[in-house]
Amino acid sequence: MTAEIGHFSLILALVLSIFQGTIPLAGAALNRNQWVAVARPAARGQFLFVTIAFLSLIYAFLTSDFSVANVAQNSHTLKPILYKFAGVWGNHEGSMVLWVFILALFGLAVAEFGNGLPPTLHARVLAIQGLIGFAFLAFILFTSNPFLRLDPPPMEGNGLNPVLQDPGLAFHPPFLYLGYVGFSIAFSFAVAALIEGRVDPAWARWVRPWTLAAWCALTVGIALGSWWAYYELGWGGWWFWDPVENASFIPWLVGTALLHSSIVVEKRDALKSWTILLAILTFSMSLLGTFLVRSGILTSVHTFASDPERGVFILGLLVFVVGGSLTLYAIRAPMLKGGGLFAPISREGALVLNNLLLTTGAAVVLLGTLYPLILDAVGGGKISVGPPFFNATFVPLMVPVMLAPVVGAMLHWKRGDIGSVLGRLKIALSIALIGIVATGYFAENIKDLLAAGGIGIGVWLIFGSTVEISERISLFRGTFSNSLRRFARLPRSQLGMAIAHGALGIMVLGITASSAWRVENIQLMAPGDIASVSGYSLKFDGTKKIIGPNYQGERGTFIITKDGKKIGTLNPEKRRYPSANSETTEAGILTTISGDLYAVLGDERKNSAQGGSSWTARIYFNPLVAWIWIGAILMAAGGIISLTDRRHRIGPPKTARSPNKNNNKISSI
Amino acid sequence: MITRFITITLIALIISFSAVAVEPNEVLKDKSLENRARNLSKGLRCLVCQNQSIDDSNADLARDLRVILRERLKAGDSDKEVIGFIVARYGEFVLLDPPVNPRTALLWGGPGLIIIISGISLALWFRRRNTTIAEELSKIEKESLVSLLEDTPDRRGPEK
Repeated sequence: MTAEIGHFSLILALVLSIFQGTIPLAGAALNRNQWVAVARPAARGQFLFVTIAFLSLIYAFLTSDFSVANVAQNSHTLKPILYKFAGVWGNHEGSMVLWVFILALFGLAVAEFGNGLPPTLHARVLAIQGLIGFAFLAFILFTSNPFLRLDPPPMEGNGLNPVLQDPGLAFHPPFLYLGYVGFSIAFSFAVAALIEGRVDPAWARWVRPWTLAAWCALTVGIALGSWWAYYELGWGGWWFWDPVENASFIPWLVGTALLHSSIVVEKRDALKSWTILLAILTFSMSLLGTFLVRSGILTSVHTFASDPERGVFILGLLVFVVGGSLTLYAIRAPMLKGGGLFAPISREGALVLNNLLLTTGAAVVLLGTLYPLILDAVGGGKISVGPPFFNATFVPLMVPVMLAPVVGAMLHWKRGDIGSVLGRLKIALSIALIGIVATGYFAENIKDLLAAGGIGIGVWLIFGSTVEISERISLFRGTFSNSLRRFARLPRSQLGMAIAHGALGIMVLGITASSAWRVENIQLMAPGDIASVSGYSLKFDGTKKIIGPNYQGERGTFIITKDGKKIGTLNPEKRRYPSANSETTEAGILTTISGDLYAVLGDERKNSAQGGSSWTARIYFNPLVAWIWIGAILMAAGGIISLTDRRHRIGPPKTARSPNKNNNKISSI
Repeated sequence: MITRFITITLIALIISFSAVAVEPNEVLKDKSLENRARNLSKGLRCLVCQNQSIDDSNADLARDLRVILRERLKAGDSDKEVIGFIVARYGEFVLLDPPVNPRTALLWGGPGLIIIISGISLALWFRRRNTTIAEELSKIEKESLVSLLEDTPDRRGPEK
């Protein structure tokens, strides 16, 4: 019954989205207030129906209702409750329902918090959201319906792919989608502004918090995904330039550019049409990401061609959204007049450089991701584009991106003086140089020298951001209490920015150290054997059988000592999931601030003589690797702190639509 | 069809996730030779996995390739010869680092092209923008000049 309720709610939501997507647009064009007023209740209704559908699907998963085909294919009674729940979006159909749920949630938020917006802009934004909702609801109902029944229902479900049964991955898709879908708000605002023909600082103030929130969520989502890859896939890497990873990284790069360019619109009333374009591109890349992952095209162009229903639908959607919005942009953007002038060396100039490099970087990643697909599709044969390509092209592009933020943030608007800024940064500059020399001194090869450069960049970002903040609060230049007072009064957006830039530095240090100085030790170990890695001794203490809720396996124990002192144990596992007929490895990890000790169990080998057995053990020392995720989380935290800035809380100043009301307020004060 | 695709992916996932890659018994005694082998195998794709190098994969095919690679190295082949030997049998698809040739010209040339195009458009934008805004400013200036000359207080904005 609940499945039918969910199914029916989705249909209602689809019908409602047609109204939400058309009537307010027509009303705004024809000046009919009643039509404009349809937008808000429609968005509320949309949220209501999609939520009912989402909840019914969750209910079906939690109660293991195997008469629903989607549940039967993707769940299992023995699965822990968390993974029954996460299993809702662990499959194609369910993840699409999650997508529209988040879309409807954002739509509701715009409907409820958009009171200060000009009514026509508000209605148009909601209408565009409605159209996006229509496309995805139609996609779900016509190609990926999660509520289809099975008759007769099976006794037991197929279970979720065991590698996906993991807390890191349970919350990876929701965060990713919060990011993707959050960018749809910036997109809707951009399209609505193009229709209105007006972009002003108030517009940017509206768009920025949404973009920032989406960006934070996407940052966390990508970090969760890479963390999962690190501890679950079992070979110690954390980023593989896999097309699926790139699919989420490209929108992140363009979204980061959007975040920065909207500052220029807000503060300086410049870069308007470019910001609109970025808003369109960011969401287009989010859609492309969804398309790449969901259409099956990544596995093979031929799989896509032989089972094209879903792929063609999303491709059509993509062409419509990207083509439509870009056409609108081409027609309307020339009307947007640029505002404030600025010299190339200025804060605006630095933000333009950031935009140029980030979008170029995104284009390069896109090129590397799509090239094999396109080449194959035009009959050019199969090639692989792997990490070496991205390391050779993308990474160098990011060097200036990492060098610029600290300087850029300290430059004046309109016209800056780079010499004086570098002078103020001389402490950070010297510490960075010391970092480079200190690590470069021990360099044995070119890789080490490059790594020394990476360390320098990381240190520069961390100390540069620190210098920036301490200058703003006059640290060491007055009394400490004065500095504290200034710190408390510091705009949150300033603080958030400095934290995010410093966090980037922490991340760069983690990336550099873990890629350049990883130590690996592979050996066959019998109980009692000792392996040594980077000054640590790991004594293998044998394995024990373990039985989990839906798996059995072996758990190994490694006792770690350093300088004769025991500092911990590692418990890598090998699990067998009989319901899915597959195995997973769980790495044993001991995180310290200087690096991770990381152990994976391989195959067991019986020793015929003693009757015991030996195991292939792969042990790594990954220096500073945890800093990557600490950096990512701090970066998102910086974004959240910036979100609490006063001007986001109170919203943009009221527009001149109701001058009398405003005047009254002022006079009463 | 879709189920077949899912099965294939699942099999690939199962193969690639179940254990670790390079086995101790594969490792060559000669350290420098082993280092070369590791470096080479990081750039070779495991053909039955999704985007994994043979160094990372424990699929049988990956193991076979690792062993072949080490045998060629022991026989005294140069790095280039080993790669050539494997490409001759498995095609360029096996290379994670695509070689520069007419088929990949756009791939390797692309990033440079993108940078040049975006750099030029930025420069053009800066120039055009400065000229158009200069004209516009002079128009506004003219207006304000007129208003100043006429000295009509009602045309000024409200006092702040």
